[in-house]
Amino acid sequence: MSAAPDLLDLRLLFVTGKGGVGKTTVAAGLSQLAAEHGKRVLVCEVDAKGDVTSLFEAPPTDFSPREIAPGVWSMSMDTEASLREYLKLQLRIPVVGRIGPLAKAFDFVATAAPGVREILTVGKLCWEVRESHYDIVIVDAPASGHIIGQLAAPQAINDLVKVGLIRSQTDWMLDILSDARQTGLVAVCTPEEMPVNETLELVTRVREETTVRMSAVVINRVLPELFGQREEEIFEQLRAPDVERVLSERAGGTVTPVLEAARLAVTMRRTRSAHMQRLQAGLPEGLPVLLLPYLFARSFGARTTRQVARALGEELGL
Amino acid sequence: MTTAATGAAKTVAQLLAAKDIVIACGPGGVGKTTTAAALAATAVVEQGGRVLVLTVDPARRLADALGLKGIGNDEVRITDDVFERAAAHPRGELWAAMLDTKQSWDDLIRTHAPDAETREQILANPLYQNISGRFVQSHDYIAMERLYEIHSEGTYDLIVVDTPPTRNALDFLDAPQRMADFFSSRLLRWLIVPYRSRLVNFASKPFYQIADRILGTQFLADISEFFILFQSMYAGFVERAEAVTRLLSDRRTTFMVVSTLEATPVREAEFFSAELTARQLHLGAVVLNKVLPGYLRDAQADKLAQSMTGRTTELADGLTDDPVVAARVVGEVAESFLNFGVVARREAEQQAELKGTPDVLVTVPFFDADIYDMGGLLQLGAQVWD
Repeated sequence: MSAAPDLLDLRLLFVTGKGGVGKTTVAAGLSQLAAEHGKRVLVCEVDAKGDVTSLFEAPPTDFSPREIAPGVWSMSMDTEASLREYLKLQLRIPVVGRIGPLAKAFDFVATAAPGVREILTVGKLCWEVRESHYDIVIVDAPASGHIIGQLAAPQAINDLVKVGLIRSQTDWMLDILSDARQTGLVAVCTPEEMPVNETLELVTRVREETTVRMSAVVINRVLPELFGQREEEIFEQLRAPDVERVLSERAGGTVTPVLEAARLAVTMRRTRSAHMQRLQAGLPEGLPVLLLPYLFARSFGARTTRQVARALGEELGL
Repeated sequence: MTTAATGAAKTVAQLLAAKDIVIACGPGGVGKTTTAAALAATAVVEQGGRVLVLTVDPARRLADALGLKGIGNDEVRITDDVFERAAAHPRGELWAAMLDTKQSWDDLIRTHAPDAETREQILANPLYQNISGRFVQSHDYIAMERLYEIHSEGTYDLIVVDTPPTRNALDFLDAPQRMADFFSSRLLRWLIVPYRSRLVNFASKPFYQIADRILGTQFLADISEFFILFQSMYAGFVERAEAVTRLLSDRRTTFMVVSTLEATPVREAEFFSAELTARQLHLGAVVLNKVLPGYLRDAQADKLAQSMTGRTTELADGLTDDPVVAARVVGEVAESFLNFGVVARREAEQQAELKGTPDVLVTVPFFDADIYDMGGLLQLGAQVWD
């Protein structure tokens, strides 16, 4: 197995994870980081909700990329627009005046044949890679339950469609997707039970069902380790009722909620560490695991995106 | 079961007593599955009756703890000893079933296929295999289809449904209608014509030429075979899809939106609530999970914690056997309180912004540990219940 290239040297990077674990945050952070390292970045939101752009405090984008931060261009996937572009650029089919019924037909086929819609998404992304308008294309991909279908689409179409133009189109897409020097996948999770289960499952399925290589796992919202063992002993001493009373008198108000919050933080951290260990034990050897700290932030925007980029940069040794 | 409350329910308990079907929906990763299971279990303990939780993908540890190892499409009873171990006494029966998409599709084909030959041809069709196995929307549809099937058997007093994670939280609501539209599409009939009669209508010829060029003849033939076979089941399918749609808007059905107070889930939950209302579906409850304790927002405690950070040595002096470590601990503790306070206030703001008008709004505190057994489920259920 050849050594994995650096994350930011890839050309196409999918970022996925169970819903709610912060994959958009990570996609935005990686985009910011890549741009800070002089790359021209295209960040593409597949299930467009406008979250990527809001993390750069920019207005939402559509199918045509727009620069939303220095070096970062953003676009939202739109399969209809992708189809139009595909027909025009790839198949060289004269579609003027005929796009309506054809799009409808395509929509129909897409519903009938799973993978057709997915291939328009993957096809557009691969096309951007091939055209080299950007150094790296970072995809805020669908949640882990759906990403496999998307990544496996070219193969599925290849199996279903034996001849025809579509068939020849999937070949070059597969070349890009299967090339570990160009394409990678980052799985994001939080140190909680279900996200960890899903990530372990995802890693297996990516290996078994797709030609894409896993590049890294990001564990998001890692709580700080409040105490070491010695500190925890002392903390327990402070929590003894008579000691706590003295502490409250000195502080000038009851410290109970303050101590209680720390106890909660310690318990949360402990439950989560167990899941982190389980994750790390279950991942294949050599797959990088990047830790992102929990952000105690008032709101999420350009500032937190820069924080995430910095944290990711440190984890990547950049 | 207790009798239906008059007027709008004020608690989840009243809501569950008055409804046949509760559909838990909302963004991913917010504890939807666990909440659905907790409510079903609590209903069995508090209200009795036969209760089914129809789930998509329970955490393995939870399924194991409930004795559901390897459950599939068929409903399995959760034995009373599982309750007894949690020191609870079921008044009724708790059943669980897990949705197996592929299995459910195959069952559906078996039900609707006019004869054995058609059935086998459909099951062997590559396109069918693709649709039933990988097609995301088919997952949404089949979940609602299963619900309909189970409900019409009339075996359960209450069915709590955990909806599949969807790209768009509403996909499963539209799935039955979309499925009906799909099979009644004019385009479908048009597409099938040449393969049926081998006579291509002059007007549609350019379309076939292009379709052929793009997709290849063999693939078009696969599609056609699939739909020709499927047509034999067309009427049954459409009728069924319409019945499923009716069931969702039935007054005995209610929706429960589950979320946390993180920004993205809240936005999705809000969107979902609005859509339910717009579709005149019954939004029975909003359940907010993993809410940080209210004391973190206490203004006095916040001030106190701030003042503590600057005088840790003085505060900790002589209280423990290690003044240096104690000072550090006091500092960490105060700092941590302030950090979590920021998050707790952010959450409170999110909650204030949460619009929508459910009958019941419940917040569930952050649990120290994961919920992975009946005890945990009932503990969660109790928080939601009244």
